Amino acid sequence: MQFYGIEINSRLLLGTAQYPSPAVLTEAVKSSGTEIITVSLRRETADGSGAGFWENLRETGCRILPNTAGCHSVQEAVTTAHMARELFDTPWIKLEVIGHSDTLQPDVFGLVEAARILSADGFQVFPYTTDDLVVGEKLLEAGCELLMPWGAPIGSGQGLRNPDALRAMRAHFPDVPLIVDAGIGRPSDAAQAMEMGMDAVLLNTAVAKAGDPAGMAHAMAMAVVAGREGYEADPMERRDMAVPSTPVLGMAEFA
Amino acid sequence: MITIAGAGLAGLACAYELAQRGAAVTVYERGETPGDSSVARFAGGMLAPWCERESAEAEVITLGSRASNWWARITPVHRRGTLVVAPARDRAELPRFARRTSGHRTVSAQDLAELEPALAGRFSQGLFFEGEAHLDPRRALRDLSAKVQEMGVEIRYGTPAPARVTLDCTGMAAPLPGLRPVRGEMAILHCQDVQISRTLRLLHPRMPLYLVPRGDGHFMIGGTMVESSSDRPVTLRSLSELLSAAYALHPGLAEASVVETGAGLRPAFADNLPRLSEQDGTLYLNGLYRHGFLLAPAMAQQAAGLLIPETTDEDHRERQTA
Repeated sequence: MQFYGIEINSRLLLGTAQYPSPAVLTEAVKSSGTEIITVSLRRETADGSGAGFWENLRETGCRILPNTAGCHSVQEAVTTAHMARELFDTPWIKLEVIGHSDTLQPDVFGLVEAARILSADGFQVFPYTTDDLVVGEKLLEAGCELLMPWGAPIGSGQGLRNPDALRAMRAHFPDVPLIVDAGIGRPSDAAQAMEMGMDAVLLNTAVAKAGDPAGMAHAMAMAVVAGREGYEADPMERRDMAVPSTPVLGMAEFA
Repeated sequence: MITIAGAGLAGLACAYELAQRGAAVTVYERGETPGDSSVARFAGGMLAPWCERESAEAEVITLGSRASNWWARITPVHRRGTLVVAPARDRAELPRFARRTSGHRTVSAQDLAELEPALAGRFSQGLFFEGEAHLDPRRALRDLSAKVQEMGVEIRYGTPAPARVTLDCTGMAAPLPGLRPVRGEMAILHCQDVQISRTLRLLHPRMPLYLVPRGDGHFMIGGTMVESSSDRPVTLRSLSELLSAAYALHPGLAEASVVETGAGLRPAFADNLPRLSEQDGTLYLNGLYRHGFLLAPAMAQQAAGLLIPETTDEDHRERQTA
């Protein structure tokens, strides 16, 4: 699997916010086996003042995917992306343009506009979007080479609210890497996303706020692998009726 | 002669423990008055190890459970417990908090009304951590510095420490690897109309808040944790979130005066636990994070035990001084 030409082996991406301590975060990153961690560049730290914490993140050896979490306008997101590129020396940016402060759902109009500006400027954009197909197309036109549809609102842990829409997205964009971002609460949610052929899962709160973050990170990693292998093994179709698992023909005859 | 750099919370607590063991102690402090350059002046002053366990390692309980007894010898400690409540919309936060902590009991709306009449009818349930306490951080810093001076400790205000000291308690100024700042923001409200006698914690997935009564209608509110080294004044976003959380706790606080706002940098190590370490012949006590008043006593005892090994029997000493 490749994101913007970079070969990635782990299909689990991990966010780095809300952990009890950087030590617990480091432990969770290790037990998840993730290769990519997202880092929020809040306005408070955009001047580089988060350096102490970022040093902890760099030490994990993971590839860093900075994000524009909490940005509510195109201008804010673009400015934050530029700061992130300077600070972390990467063209990657997870683009969030939040449209509503309560549901944190993406402002897809602002998202497409910001994606166009950033792509033209050489950024490799990971857009946090809804499961809307047309928005997905517009993002690809704007220069994105992958899409990050939501499972449910950020931090809600509701799992996949609309699996049919995600399935349609998979069918509509067979060759575009799709990463389910946001809403994953439990390992079964991650497995479900992977079983339907999503390329990867990005989650944060489900691990950070678990009683044992490292334990949950490992559980999520196993769920992602199980879901992916299940998808690749081509699962059977559901049926309404029972089908005996032992042959009916040739049964022993009792005189 | 033992020399200490920094007359903040850690430095003064260590001076106290060392003086208890009969040592001659000199403390160097760049600031002009007790605590005025200490980040502890922005602290909540909660002695709440059981609540803190929600997001901290188990050591906060083992190290912090005797803090209120220690402080009670120095400054008024209000042993009123902590009440934890959640807005109706986020009630699922209460059972989660209860699962991650101990030392509490569930209280009904009626119990809440009896404990804090101002909260009558506002929350249907809460958690009561009866064994917790709070103090006034600035008063505690003043009382502690007066106490150690009474015990013969010399504090040289307005005096930078010499190049080499026995014990370094300079917080973020210490040159320790792995030490990082965690910014905290707070406000002090004054409101005569709302009577609250104990620490309240409002659980909220986005903006958890604590409110600590300071007496005479004053309340300290705080709760932000930002991974940042910026010590600029409190931001509008943090302040508006703190104030709206306070309003959610009690609408009567809408009429409060905001008498002060502040921001400070808490020194922390990667595990958010304090640490004693030796570097080039100096002992460092640092990384008290958001647990200064809670963990300084136990850490100061450990520091004193390292510097004056012959009197490390804490229990024996506590019996003597009780």
